[in-house]
Amino acid sequence: MDVLYFAWVRERIGLPRETVHSEAATVMELVKELRAREDRYAAAFADVSALRVAVDQQLTEFDASLDGVREVAFFPPMTGG
Amino acid sequence: MRIVVQEAPFDLGAEAALFAKGCTESGAIVTFTGIVRDVAGGLETMEIEHYPGMTEAALAGIAQEAMTRWALEDALVIHRHGALAPHEMIMMVATAAPHRKDAFEAAEFLMDYLKSRAPFWKREVTSQRAEWVAAKDADEDALKRW
Repeated sequence: MDVLYFAWVRERIGLPRETVHSEAATVMELVKELRAREDRYAAAFADVSALRVAVDQQLTEFDASLDGVREVAFFPPMTGG
Repeated sequence: MRIVVQEAPFDLGAEAALFAKGCTESGAIVTFTGIVRDVAGGLETMEIEHYPGMTEAALAGIAQEAMTRWALEDALVIHRHGALAPHEMIMMVATAAPHRKDAFEAAEFLMDYLKSRAPFWKREVTSQRAEWVAAKDADEDALKRW
């Protein structure tokens, strides 16, 4: 699946998107896999309460299923307007 | 209903006039415009990042919800991204309804939801530093009244 990062999450990880091969069943399982990769991922995902997640471009929760999902995006709370 | 996400500036007067022209059954049109504000002093640019694809879908969803909840004839949302200078217009919403109460309330609803549910992120750049704008608890609380 494609994993996208925005705002300071993108800066901390150092890239805007990547393809991730994962068997993770939920968003939180994917987060745990990413955290284990490298320090920059561990830093970005240290506190998921500071993050929001969208699955296939719909806002959702970290316990959401990844079954059949093509795109997951992680970002801080939004500041539009 | 029209949703526009663009980098280029927009002409508030022309957009408001065009919107009004298309609304033949409304007695009330409300427009709101958001302007880049130099809060801390020394702001050079306000950079606005967004999530192409999701942004348009989220804005359309919010506008559709407003159309359903209030007796609106039409709604317009224009939101810019990219690097903006102080005093530039960031975004506008317009709502048209038979009566002003619906138009005002729907415009406030659009703004409240757009602030914390549409995927935009602001970064303030001064000569000294660049900082992501933090979301405010008050913005999240504002959704509770709807």
